Amino acid sequence: MSGHDCESCPVAAELAPMGMQVGAIDRVIALAGNPNTGKSTLFNALTGLHQHTGNWPGKTVTRAEGGFAWNDVRYKIVDLPGTYSLLSASQDEEVARDFILFGQPHAVIVVTDASALERNLNLALQVLEITDRVVVAVNLMDEARRKGIDVDTRSLSRDLGVPVVPIVARTGEGMPALLSAVDGVSSGAISTSPLRVTGTPEFEHAVRELMTQVEAAAPGVPNSRWLAIRLLDGDARVEQALRTGELARMVSRQQQRDVRFSKQIALQGAQ
Amino acid sequence: MSDRVIETVPPDADAVLARARELRRQLSGGFREEAVKSLYAEAERVARRAVSQGGDMRAIAFEQRIDRLVTSPWFGLPIMLVLLAIVFWLTIAGANVPSALLAQGLFWIEAQAVTLFDAAGVPWWITGFLWHGVYRGLAWVVSVMLPPMAIFFPLFTVFEDLGYLPRVAFNLDFLFRRAGAHGKQALTMAMGFGCNAAGVIATRIIDSPRERLVAILTNNFVPCNGRFPTLIMLGTIFVGASFAPAFASVAAAGAVVGVVILGIGFTLLMSWLLSRTILRGEASAFTLELPPYRRPNIGRIFYTSLIDRTLFVLYRAMWTAAPAGAVIWLLANIRWGDRTLAAISAGWLDPLGHAIGLDGVILLTYVIAIPANEIVVPTLVMAYMGTGMMTEMEGLGDLRRLLVDQQGWTTLTAVNLMLFSLLHNPCATTILTIYKETLSAKWATVGALLPLGTAFLVCFLTATLARAFGWGG
Repeated sequence: MSGHDCESCPVAAELAPMGMQVGAIDRVIALAGNPNTGKSTLFNALTGLHQHTGNWPGKTVTRAEGGFAWNDVRYKIVDLPGTYSLLSASQDEEVARDFILFGQPHAVIVVTDASALERNLNLALQVLEITDRVVVAVNLMDEARRKGIDVDTRSLSRDLGVPVVPIVARTGEGMPALLSAVDGVSSGAISTSPLRVTGTPEFEHAVRELMTQVEAAAPGVPNSRWLAIRLLDGDARVEQALRTGELARMVSRQQQRDVRFSKQIALQGAQ
Repeated sequence: MSDRVIETVPPDADAVLARARELRRQLSGGFREEAVKSLYAEAERVARRAVSQGGDMRAIAFEQRIDRLVTSPWFGLPIMLVLLAIVFWLTIAGANVPSALLAQGLFWIEAQAVTLFDAAGVPWWITGFLWHGVYRGLAWVVSVMLPPMAIFFPLFTVFEDLGYLPRVAFNLDFLFRRAGAHGKQALTMAMGFGCNAAGVIATRIIDSPRERLVAILTNNFVPCNGRFPTLIMLGTIFVGASFAPAFASVAAAGAVVGVVILGIGFTLLMSWLLSRTILRGEASAFTLELPPYRRPNIGRIFYTSLIDRTLFVLYRAMWTAAPAGAVIWLLANIRWGDRTLAAISAGWLDPLGHAIGLDGVILLTYVIAIPANEIVVPTLVMAYMGTGMMTEMEGLGDLRRLLVDQQGWTTLTAVNLMLFSLLHNPCATTILTIYKETLSAKWATVGALLPLGTAFLVCFLTATLARAFGWGG
């Protein structure tokens, strides 16, 4: 389906940018991705904002939030700083990771660059470790086509276990498909089975043991596997979250979906 | 938040952590690398299945060749300097005519308004204050700043959009690292060329607080857009004028590039000094990935560079120029005895000014121009002419006659003024921004005094040395 035919179809017409007016919100969506994948372009296309963007890591430092409505659902969208991974302790990566983990967005859109997919999938896989509510957007399809690169998004979707949508954020191509995937994943209508990378047997054994312990310490925590791996790695932030009871709080928040908290994290990211 | 759970620390958190530590010890040391490796292998496997590369490998090979050239150890820096020179040359050569036209138009409005006010019998001091003070200040700032910005910012944005700036950071990384700073500081420094306040905000991309402070405190050593008019004027009338007209703008651009290189040199030197004294520490490594080159999006370039940057900077400059214009008018028109306040304070500052190769009027100008560097030249000219208002000269020849023949400027004065303009304290907005970013009055003070002290020291040394060799007055 070509995107240009779609721009006039009724589904696309329902997108209503809400700019900074994010008062009453139904769902929170996070945008993650490597630098230079067009995250901010997508953010601007959805919200109608003109966020200042640039070609270097961490350029997204302020005003990373906006809103849009689609199909009568009001979304708040949080543009996270571009990062290559979520494993180190740099400020950008912590902001992104903490939001995905503690901000508990209803869905995470991982924006990837079609012409550098392998490099981008490293981050996508790391996001999939934390949450299963992921939609992968393969952006810059036009540039990839120009370079003769073809991306089989169905194969990707099958392998990753989450919806994968080809888009061109600059022109709006693929937007309706992306929005309906986001709708499906964030409402729970689409159930995903994310690819999780397994390690050596001894590693897996240790992970499984810690998982049970983490679940005991914070009953109902959704990403115990990822948390266990981080604890094994000696991640100070996760250790602290466990010690202060933040993880337990997270679980209790899961039902009430505290939007204010997510905003707070996003603001911390801005500072 | 009224969560009941907040106070409840899970009883076995420490036990879990202890168990995690234990398990970590049991695992073979390289498990983290193993995990990362299998992650990367998985990404590669998934990507290989999904991506098929059709014919056109040539475009990619071409990009790689360009990359190898612009980031090569031999050609990287020269190419960068040549591009910089071209940008300055286009700015200098292209801004003259529109600047003159704008000035003509805006000053014509002033003349008409003054005639109208006089005819209506409005007291001279109201007319003077409003039109010769506030309005003239604004008109000057708009006509001097708008055209260069409207050329400089889009050009700069083209490089940004192309993906060239990360390559600049790549080229400069080794210098900054050797100075104990962060490679990304090359980028925040580049932002400083547009506006130091923006450069200070841009240091948020640097993770380590120590290196971020180094970047904040040294950002002011590259001249911002507001200081370029001063540098361009000095370059044009003292450097450009000694060349044939055809080469004048090239020579002037060359002089400005020279000042810029000096500014980069001071940035590195100061970073080095800071990271070896009050901000001691290791330089942290970072991997900067070079993004693919992108075809610049012309519409967006015009949007970001004209709306976000040009108009924003201009708006700010106008807000500071209007009150400054008022202050200048008052200083030049209020008399104490038979001298104006401006003349008195300039006389008072003269010995200090002379010691650093400048004079009292120039120092007074810099005191008045703390709100914005953009108003240095008009304030200077006004103070010299004692006309009681910011003055527009007919052309640069007139300016040269005024400075050299009437005020006794020498090449030493011009050189020291260029140095002073490059090194002196940041404008009020930048100081405020440093305070907001560091939330520390101490660092804001250091950010203001470190450059000012450097400016005095360097100018004093230059003047003393030059005089010892019998150059300059």
